[in-house]
Parts: sequence; structure tokens; C-alpha cells
Amino acid sequence: MDFDLNEEQEMLKTTARDFLNKECPKSLVREMVNDERGYPPELWRKMVELGWLGLIFPEKYGGLGGSFLNLAVLLEEMGRACLPGPFFSTVILSGLFILNGGTEQQKTELLTKVANGEVIFTLALTEPNASYDATSVEVEATDDDDNYIISGTKLFIPDAHMADNIICVARTKKGKAPEDGITAFLLDSKSPGISRTVLKTIAGDKLCEIIFDKVRVLKKNIVGELDQAWAPLEKTLQQATLAKCAEMVGGAQQVLEMSADYAKERMVFGRPLGSFPVIHHYIANIMMDVDGCRFLTYEAAWKLSEGLPCAMEIAMAKAWTSDAYRRVTALGQQIFGGVGFIEDHDMPLYFKRAKAAEVTLGDGNFHRELVARQLGL
Amino acid sequence: MDFKEYSVGEKDTAEEAEFRREVCDFLDKNLTPDVLEKILQERDQYYEGRPHAREFGRKLGAKGWLVPHWPEEYGGLGRSPAYRRIIIEELSSRGAPMGGGIGTSIVGPVIMLHGTEEQKREFLPKIARGEIEMSLGYSEPNAGTDLASLEMRAISDGDDYVINGQKIYSSGAHEATHHWLAARTSVDVPRHRGISLFVVDLTSPGVTIRPLLTMAGERTNEVFYDDVRVPRKNRIGEENQGWSYLREALGFERMALSGMVNVRRIVDELIQYAKETEHNGKPLAEDPIVRQSLAQLAIESNIRRLFGHRTSWLMNKGIVPDVAAAIAKVWGNELDQRVANAGMQILGLYSQLEPDSKWVPLRGSVEHLYRFAVHLTYGGGSHELMRSLIATRGMDLPREPRM
Repeated sequence: MDFDLNEEQEMLKTTARDFLNKECPKSLVREMVNDERGYPPELWRKMVELGWLGLIFPEKYGGLGGSFLNLAVLLEEMGRACLPGPFFSTVILSGLFILNGGTEQQKTELLTKVANGEVIFTLALTEPNASYDATSVEVEATDDDDNYIISGTKLFIPDAHMADNIICVARTKKGKAPEDGITAFLLDSKSPGISRTVLKTIAGDKLCEIIFDKVRVLKKNIVGELDQAWAPLEKTLQQATLAKCAEMVGGAQQVLEMSADYAKERMVFGRPLGSFPVIHHYIANIMMDVDGCRFLTYEAAWKLSEGLPCAMEIAMAKAWTSDAYRRVTALGQQIFGGVGFIEDHDMPLYFKRAKAAEVTLGDGNFHRELVARQLGL
Repeated sequence: MDFKEYSVGEKDTAEEAEFRREVCDFLDKNLTPDVLEKILQERDQYYEGRPHAREFGRKLGAKGWLVPHWPEEYGGLGRSPAYRRIIIEELSSRGAPMGGGIGTSIVGPVIMLHGTEEQKREFLPKIARGEIEMSLGYSEPNAGTDLASLEMRAISDGDDYVINGQKIYSSGAHEATHHWLAARTSVDVPRHRGISLFVVDLTSPGVTIRPLLTMAGERTNEVFYDDVRVPRKNRIGEENQGWSYLREALGFERMALSGMVNVRRIVDELIQYAKETEHNGKPLAEDPIVRQSLAQLAIESNIRRLFGHRTSWLMNKGIVPDVAAAIAKVWGNELDQRVANAGMQILGLYSQLEPDSKWVPLRGSVEHLYRFAVHLTYGGGSHELMRSLIATRGMDLPREPRM
């Protein structure tokens, strides 16, 4: 039993924090919100050199064979830094899906490319019905000789505007169970019939609409097996959900530290703001929320790393973290007052990202329902 | 990070698994459904006390199971913390109280840190066996959360101290053998520097114990000291240095309080109830509001478990937890109230039935908790003070200037 990071994780944390402090200042984060692509290629290349893009993949696929717990440590630092760019869409959503569901050849070929930073991927799952369960996959792919033809709209797809490839999740069969008959296709994002539009979101994080208009894709570009994508997808969604929690923990921790520092310095009525008991109480509430998020997330990450069942733990972590991170940023805003309301301040970055992260990959209500099912209700 | 010690049963070593079997055998024989029922019924007994809970506690004590992690010479088994966890898990899964109490969780650890060798050998084995049972003598009518303003006087006189004054909210004093007493030994110094701690035999001449009935149906007490002579050898630690030991003692108390109510068991009972009970023609478990509420309580119980493990982990590393204990206390005891409140809402009209009423669901455990949990958010340190402690010690915020 150990609530501390081990030596390897401490090192990773320190390296990541130093690197991101230097290479990813908040000025860059703000710049990327307005940037068309939304990520700095220079920074991306340096992350490749650090091995971050392959951290979680086995060595035989060009990765470092790191544990999920190590990945969580890295993601926490990314969340703390509000790192812009396609790490989540490429490595977490797409990379882990390929690892979970791809053929041996696809894993070897595609994951090596991801690890080397040669390609940007995204996973096109959600649709205008805006949900993460199997019934919500309605975009159809119809069999046509050597091809499938995909038509329909995918929505809230991260980084699709600049992704080289899109993994599109589509319905290839209407079976009795909604989980049956779902297939993943690997598409060149420039294929005829694909149009992509960046949505204007609260966090400016490049979520897109993708319209597929009779897009032809060769059968050999099915990722894994025909009709059988849901099982690896479900596993990927669980991992991605936990990965999102780790990012959120990092953001919440940073808001705690920023708010406490400000409360110590800011003078009001002739004494530090932070000497008023009501501010003690806000900070204590933030600390309890941050610790709760951290422990739920890391216990689940530990279980995942050990290969233990953890579907309920992951749902618990996201249910809690979704609400807690939002509460933390709201209290942070209250402590900072007017200065934190100015767009150039760091607080708005976290406040907005907390809301975006809350609704991404299932909000509190969604995950509490999953917990209820796990409890036998 | 590594959470493996806390996956129940899964990671027992062969030796630990053997010990778990021994504990289970013992509990099967000594904690029969009949005995457990009596222990649970005693909760609301006012004057009769809790003979069954105490007898069961002494049985655990006789085997060294109240404190298996203490050294053998002080009445423990000299085992790793895992053995204590195994006992707690097995008791908890049967819904039984943890046994031991103030002596093993608060006074013993302070004596271990600050007592003389003679005091350790005199008190610790008896605490371990459950022969010495402690009650806290902290609060006074004019000193609650602001404990350093306590007025009870202890004046040195030869080999004794002579003690006068009044304590209040000394729960369990009417059943306990000893009082863990904070009294003022010096008045000419700043108030934090004139306090000393004593172990007082409650049968000493001059001690009078009077009952107070709480809204939870339980008894607490006023304890009056009238020229009570306490031997000098019963003072724990240095004279006038009691405040620093008290801070540690309060940390231990908060750890104990944070886990006092087995809320996860109550949540599990509510889940079972929701599955078995129909309302408006369908199971309560199908109501989305009930599902959300119970899932949330299960999540929050899990956080409480992790906060508890963190304090134990710090303790096992030899660190006296202050911030972590305060967090566990605030979180755990506020959760007790949320569980009670949500449980009452799920039970609806039935929620108002008292434990011994006809038609009462779940033996009245939720209704009792609803009344009982009220005091947990100020007992052991008000949560207003706890939050200030968490922020000032945990994040280094400045303290509020003294008036």
C-alpha cells in the first residue's frame, strides 16, 4: 500500500512538469485556442522525442511498454498544463482502440506510426444523439463489393479537422443486441465525401462535425473484425474515461495551488484574504475534492495496470471527478474574484476545460447510472 | 502508487489467510446472529449500558485482537498492520462494532509515544485486553472546540495532584474504568502551555458522574471532580506540555471518528431494500432518482474508505496524521449525515419509524443514524475549525488573527 508515486513515476512527473512549464506556457495555450490547427508541431515533435506518444504501447509496437499508472501520471501533468493538441485523440482514443481491437498487422504498422509521431488520428464515435452507448451508433456503412459506403454525421469529434486518418465507428448490421454489428473503419481524412467543420466550443478545443457523404472505404481497412468493434471500443472508452480523469486531476490540483497562493498574497481589509475562515473553508473543500478525485482515479489506474476488474471504479472516478473539478474551478473563481474573470487570466482556461471534461466521455449522471448497474440496481 | 493491501482478501499471504480463517472461526462461534442482534439493540439503551458489546470487546481483547499491531510486551501480537485490517474487515462485513475504542485508538497511541516505560507496562496491556476502558475528559461547559480555554484545575500536592472542576460530554464515563483527562496545571502562562494529561481511575473518591440523554437516545455524562487525588505517576508526558500531546490525541480521535459509522453497510442495506421494495407498482430500484442517489453514496463511501486508508498508511509510516485525519473526519462524518438523509428520503413515510417500532424497515438503522450523525460534525472538533486546520496546515494559509 503506497499513496506515493514510485521513483520511476516521480521522475516522469518531474520531467513532464519541467518540460511543459518551459515548452507549454499559458500564452501558447491561449494562442492555440485561436489557432486554426490548434497545436504547435514543434512541441509535438519534442513530445515524440521524449517517447510520450508511445509510452503506453508495448515495445513490439514501437512503444515503451509503460503501465497505465505511468500514463496517468503523464496525463495529470498535461491536464495541469492545459496542453493543447491531439495527444488524447491520437494516442488515447485511436491508439488504444487499435491496440485493443486491431489485427496484429495493424498494431505493428499503425502504433509504430503513432509512437513516432508520423500520423495524427482521431476516433469518430459520437453522433448528433450525443451519447456513448452502443445504441447510439446509427451512422451506417453498407456493403458494396470490395467496399463499404459510409453515410451520416459524426459530432464532437476531437481534432478531426487536422487528423490524417479517421477511425469511423459505423453500424454494419442491425442485430438483436445493439452491441452486435458495429464496425470500425480506417479512413484517409481526405477521402472524397468527407467534410469537416470545427465547432465553436467553450474550451476552444477543436471538436468537429464530420459529414460522411457516400464515402467509400476498402474492406481491408476495417480495424479488427467486421461487426465486432464494440467490445474493444468499450474497453477503449473505459481507458479513455480514466485518462480524462487523470487530466482533470492535474487541472484541479493546479487550481488548488493557484487559488491558495493568491489567497496568501492578496490583501483585503488590511490582512491576507487567506486568513479569513471562509477562505480556509473554500480551500479545504477544494482539497477534499482534489484528493477524492486523485485517489479514485489512481486506485482505478492501479487496478487497470494490474489487470484487475475495474469497470465500476472507473465509472466512480469519472462520476465524481466530473462534478468535483467543476466545483473546484467555481470556488477558484470565487477566490480570485474579478481578476479571474478576465479572459487573459489562467482561471478561465481551467473553468472552461472543467466543463468540457465534465461532459466528455459521460458526465456524472451517465457514470452514476453505470455504477448503479454495477451495484446490482 | 500501490493499493494492493486494500483489495479485500485478494492479496493475503499464506500466513494472513490462515489468520483470517482463525478470525472467521472465532466470529462464527462468538458473534452468533443472536449476539450480534443484542449488540445492535443496545445502541439505544440508556441506563442499561452495553454489556454485550463490552463482553464481546473483551473477548477480542483476550486474544490480542484489539491491537494486533502493538508490540507483544505491551499486549499486542507484534504483527503487521495487515492483521488489524483483516480483523476490521471481518468484523465490518458482519456488521459488528469494531471493539476497543478510546483506549486502543486514542490513549494507547499517546502513551506509546509519550509515556514512561513504567506507564507503558502498567497501562498498555490492560488497554489491549479491554480491562481498562477509557472515557474522554476534554470538554467543559465553557470549553468545547476552543479546548485550550478549559478551566479544570490540577494542583500538585506531594505525590499527587488534587483536581477540581467539571467535564461534560464524557460519553461512556458511566461504563468506563478510567478518564483520559485534560486539566490545567499552570495558570500564569499562555493558555496552551499550562495543560497536562492524566489517566484517572473513575472510582476515585470525589468523582461524580451524572447522565445526560442525547437526542440519539444515547447517554453521555457530566463528570464532577471534587478534590480528587490523582497519583503523579498517572500524568502522561511532561507537566504543562499536554497541549502538544492533545493535538496528536485529537488526530487519533478524528481518525477513529471518521470511520465510526459503517456507512457502506448501510448503503448496501439500502441497495437491498430498493431492490426488494415496490413503490407505485414497481421496484424502487427502477426509479432513476433512487439509482442516482445510491450510486452517489457508494462513490462517496469509496472516497471515505480511501481517506481512511491514507491516514492508516501515514500512521504505519510513523507519521501522526493531522491534515489527513482532519480530512478523513470532515469527509467521513459529513457523509454519515448525507447517507442518513438520502436513506430517509428513500424510505419515505417509513423513515420516521424508530428502531423498536412495529413496521420499522432495516431495524431502524437509518432513522437512528439520522439522529445520531448530527453530533459528528462538531464532536471531535467542529468542522469549521477542521476546515481551517486543513487549509492552514495543508496549504499554508495564514491563520485568522487573534482578537
